[in-house]
Amino acid sequence: MNFLNKNIFKKIGFRLAFAVAFTSLSIIGVFAYFNVQNHSKSLLMEVERHANQLGETVISSTRFDMMLNQRDRIQQVINSIGRQPQIRDVRILNKVGEIIYSSDSTNINRMVDKKAESCYACHSANAPLEKISITERTRIFRLAPDSNRVIGIITPIYNEKSCWAADCHAHPKDQKVLGVLDVTISLAEVDDTIKKSEMEIVVFAIVAILCVGLLIGFFIRRWVSQPVNQLLGATNQIGMGNLNYSITGMGDDEIGLLALSFNNMTKKLSEARMQLFQSDKMASLGRLAAGVAHEINNPLTGVLTYSSFLLKRTQDNPEFQNDLKVIVRETLRCREIVKSLLDFARQTVPKKNNADINEIIERSVVVIENQLTLNKVKLVKELDSHLPKITVDANQIQQVFINLFVNASDAIGEKGGTLAVTTHQIALSPYGVVQVKKAICTKRHNLLDSNFKIGGIPSLRVKVVSDGNEGFIHLDPVYGKHRNNFATGFTISQNAKFVCPDCDTSLVLSGKSCPDCDSPILGFDTGGQGIYEVCSSPKNNWEKWEFVDSAGLSEYIEIIIKDSGSGISQDDLSRIFEPFFTTKGQKGTGLGLAVIWGIIDNHNGTINVESEIGKGTTFIIRLPLTQQR
Amino acid sequence: MAHAANILVIDDEQVIVDAVVKICGMEHYTVDYAANVALAVQKTNEHYYPIIICDIMMPDGDGFQVLESLNNRNSESSVIMTTGYSTVENAVNSLFKGAIDFIPKPFTIDELLNSVYRANKYQQIKARQKKLLNTNANNELLYVNCPVWYSRLGYASWMFEERDGSVLIGVYDLFLKTIDSISEIELLEAEEEIMQGISCVSIKSADERVHKLLAPLSGRIVAVNQKIANDVHLVEKDPYFEGWMYRIIPTDIAYEKKHLILCSSELL
Repeated sequence: MNFLNKNIFKKIGFRLAFAVAFTSLSIIGVFAYFNVQNHSKSLLMEVERHANQLGETVISSTRFDMMLNQRDRIQQVINSIGRQPQIRDVRILNKVGEIIYSSDSTNINRMVDKKAESCYACHSANAPLEKISITERTRIFRLAPDSNRVIGIITPIYNEKSCWAADCHAHPKDQKVLGVLDVTISLAEVDDTIKKSEMEIVVFAIVAILCVGLLIGFFIRRWVSQPVNQLLGATNQIGMGNLNYSITGMGDDEIGLLALSFNNMTKKLSEARMQLFQSDKMASLGRLAAGVAHEINNPLTGVLTYSSFLLKRTQDNPEFQNDLKVIVRETLRCREIVKSLLDFARQTVPKKNNADINEIIERSVVVIENQLTLNKVKLVKELDSHLPKITVDANQIQQVFINLFVNASDAIGEKGGTLAVTTHQIALSPYGVVQVKKAICTKRHNLLDSNFKIGGIPSLRVKVVSDGNEGFIHLDPVYGKHRNNFATGFTISQNAKFVCPDCDTSLVLSGKSCPDCDSPILGFDTGGQGIYEVCSSPKNNWEKWEFVDSAGLSEYIEIIIKDSGSGISQDDLSRIFEPFFTTKGQKGTGLGLAVIWGIIDNHNGTINVESEIGKGTTFIIRLPLTQQR
Repeated sequence: MAHAANILVIDDEQVIVDAVVKICGMEHYTVDYAANVALAVQKTNEHYYPIIICDIMMPDGDGFQVLESLNNRNSESSVIMTTGYSTVENAVNSLFKGAIDFIPKPFTIDELLNSVYRANKYQQIKARQKKLLNTNANNELLYVNCPVWYSRLGYASWMFEERDGSVLIGVYDLFLKTIDSISEIELLEAEEEIMQGISCVSIKSADERVHKLLAPLSGRIVAVNQKIANDVHLVEKDPYFEGWMYRIIPTDIAYEKKHLILCSSELL
């Protein structure tokens, strides 16, 4: 299956896995983004709160020294706080912006511009603000583009009674803010934490997506790709003509059901093919036998007439008479043999009468009862007592049953077993079964041609006039079998005329065209059974018979003969209806099942066989409730 | 036409032609032959043969073509069809298309001679009928046609469908007129099956000839007319009513009727 590997993107499994992985990537990505955002926000808030607290602590711990105006002590406190590793700088600015205390001694007495980022929050307006919220007092910045981020927080030092009422009287009473404490803390650790958690989340997302993708891929492969590939393989097998191929072990999900119905379809297809094949073979065997019979009958006539001629001429010679009588007698015997060969080939026309299938089964059972008892075969009959009588050749049908019973008994052998016979009535679709029994043109000329038969049934004869050529086509009278014969010896043109061979009235239905190929449609009046419509194109099999379609299902009697015998192998199963095929060696002629097949076919019925080695064989016969013709 | 032969045999097998010549020679007929359809049509165009024995399968066509060409020319020849491929269809078709008899190959001398005998008688009756027509002496009845609501298979047997669905079967009067008086009738028994185009009655005539009557329909015999078993001459006296032979339940009357001739038609 090389073509499957050609492009991985064309595989349904990969596409599904990709779709699932992409969806989870989007979801996890969005989730991770907001998670990281929240995390860093709350970390920063924590740092901010911490810095603010620190500022307040510095102010309250230096308050007493300020009161006493002990500047050395204040500087010492600030220095000792500023030595903590994360704290970058602690400084106190007076109201004009001069740094009066700082953990970094080089900055002391330096003026800070009001436009500097530490002052901007309050001094952006013309008159400085006196109270601002904590977030506005906070700023995050980098000292240099490649350095760590730092957070700075300004804490204003307000004037209070103890300040302007003190002895030193350093501050006037009307001044609101005496200065500010500016603490800057390095965010290196916080940034590290954020980066780390970002990394963690990205790694988690990638691992999660990979896991989801792999798991989904695994299940898709198990539940979708493999079964689909198996189905694909099976259809290829069927395409190559291996109709015995069946799919196994597909579970009970939808694909499993698909496989089941696929198997069922293949089985039906192979049965139909076998019936067709058998039909063909019996037909050719029939032609062969008929040909042989014809050829033998002519010389036989010579022998018979000359010998009986001699018999008449030698009436006075008793010695000759006796010998000639032997010749005549044996020739007459030959005549009977040839006749029975012809009868076999044509399986004769069944002598049909109303008969009760159950009764025929009972009669057949009586014939072989001894053999069944001898082989310890237990006979189980489940006969539907409400079966209607159907028109069959009772003798031929009895021959079928006896033959099948004997086969079953042989298959069971001497070890004993069961033989179950079931009858009941079923309804099946008429398509491929019903046939046209009467067809007339508008001037009531018969269109059925008994000199040209399709499947043994008179065909519908239509005259074709095309580009000056004239010929006849023959259409299959069986609805749904499409064995039409369009061989006219010339090509039928687009504007050819299809007419009655007797009166040249057109058979084309006006105002209608084939829904499949747009060709004209031929209509045949079936005399009380509506119009049988057929597409006039040889390339198309479209046909319609409203009357039959609307009648719905046709009814059959189904006879199931099931034995618990040795079974038939798959190889043999496809050949058992072939003439001269036997598994009984010298014991059988190989004609039994072929004859059975012919009889059932002559009754417009079908016969199918199912078998499993060691478990037994089942024959299913269906005979139509109403016989045609 | 004095020099023409009595019988034309159409067959592509020389041995059959020879056999027919020999056999018919025994009864003092003169026999001509044709080995294919074309020659047969040509010969029947040139000469009048009272009796024609025609094979169905031939290299250049089938015997039905000869039959049709004779019908088209309103020939008065009596045609006996024969073939090695003896199917019921062929037999019924032959009689429907105007042949007076069908004998399957291989046939015995007696089968052929009896058929030829009837054909010869048939010719005589037709000739007399023609003569009577010419002299306007219509009141002499040579044979009784079957009642108008009956149907017949060629000139052999008739059938009449009764209201209850059963069918009566009997022998056509013209068939009786072509044989000598009946001495014995061999009938089948009730419950036996008969088939259209296959012999259902053996009639032995006073001259020891055995004539087989082909059944007009297929079906199962439900009753046999015991009266004719007791008195065979009843058939000759009243072939269409009291002289019926079998009552049957037909198998497929709708299909088989297509090959029967309505007694009301002017066709013979």
